[in-house]
Amino acid sequence: MNGNSALVILIAAIFTNNILLTNFLGMCSFIACSGQIGTSLGLGTAVTFVMTMTTMINYAIYHHVLAPLGLEHLTFIVFIAVIAAFVQFVEMFVERFSLKLYFALGIFLPLITVNCAILGASLFMVIREYSFTQTVGFGFGAGIGWAVAIVLMAGLRQKMRYSNVPKPFEGVAVAMIITGVLAMAFMGFAGMVSIQ
Amino acid sequence: MKDSNPAACSACATKGLCGGKGLVTLKDGVWTVNPLAIQMLGICSALAVTSRLESSLVMGAALIFVCVGSNLFVSLLRQYTPHRIRMIAEVAIIATFVILFDQFLKAFYWDMSKQLGPYVGLIITNCIVMGRAEAFALQNPPVLSIVDGLANGLGYAGGLAIIGLARELLGTGKIFGHTVLLEQWYTPNQLMILAPGAFFTLGVVIAVFNALRGPQDEEENK
Repeated sequence: MNGNSALVILIAAIFTNNILLTNFLGMCSFIACSGQIGTSLGLGTAVTFVMTMTTMINYAIYHHVLAPLGLEHLTFIVFIAVIAAFVQFVEMFVERFSLKLYFALGIFLPLITVNCAILGASLFMVIREYSFTQTVGFGFGAGIGWAVAIVLMAGLRQKMRYSNVPKPFEGVAVAMIITGVLAMAFMGFAGMVSIQ
Repeated sequence: MKDSNPAACSACATKGLCGGKGLVTLKDGVWTVNPLAIQMLGICSALAVTSRLESSLVMGAALIFVCVGSNLFVSLLRQYTPHRIRMIAEVAIIATFVILFDQFLKAFYWDMSKQLGPYVGLIITNCIVMGRAEAFALQNPPVLSIVDGLANGLGYAGGLAIIGLARELLGTGKIFGHTVLLEQWYTPNQLMILAPGAFFTLGVVIAVFNALRGPQDEEENK
């Protein structure tokens, strides 16, 4: 159990330990959906919401069901089932009660099940032995951090469209290089707060 | 669950060349549609575990194991799986194999298990495994599916090994912990084993793959 307060973990998860730029999670949708700022903002919001909720649910399940029964080896399969079920549930709920929100976020929801950042956040929560408030801070912060990174990336890629890139580097290769530069920029935050 | 996930996994479904027999299947997975460099699948773990060659190889082995195992069982069960629940069935099969490998690592290679951390569990959401199950094993007999799983696992493991080698060599001047580049004339570049180095290396590897394949790749993929 580490003693950082939830607020410190939240800030750290956004800046110094950004889940995308330092832990490389959620790269697939990061590369695929960072074409436009609007789209990536929608996806970022959906990820933040789902990540906060699923880490909380998974915390409860892990510490009150799996650990007391000695079923830790089922962690992976239970977590992924919880995430898939939760996403499905949110999709139905949003479709029923707010059609406007459904059209803004709904298309991203199926994508989120296969976003490894969501499962990764739950696994980090277990490995780093967070308490419940720390888990909330971490889930929310990691989601915000992911959203910040993908929105920044979308802005950069919109500018890149007018650049003259060497032929072999076109497309994903140059996106990787930009992400590397972005990661270097985020390293500038190191020392602000630190966890682990 | 929708039939097609627009971004990540449409790539698996459309770009997979599924028509061949054994050798063609093998060549496709390793080279023509290499999952890492050509299809951009499973990038997350490719970046996270490659700061050292050793962990890259273990991760590659994990992926080969899971890919072969899940392809075999998805293929064996393909006639009995109702179409509507096939996704959840695939996830359950994949998760089973991931858990097996994770338990194996924890039992025999505890240090390595600590080092890989959550990335072993994240093989479940690695789109390569899911993509091969969905695009190949559902339509093909078990033996061919094993070959396909092996080929894609090998292609991925090969990519990981290259990135891991480059990063460990340039970042620390060592391979498997043995000093190769002498410190008199090479100053290790710490950046290579940090996060940005991972992105740069993968970017360069993808670019080299593109350059080697040449401009005719558009026709090849059709």
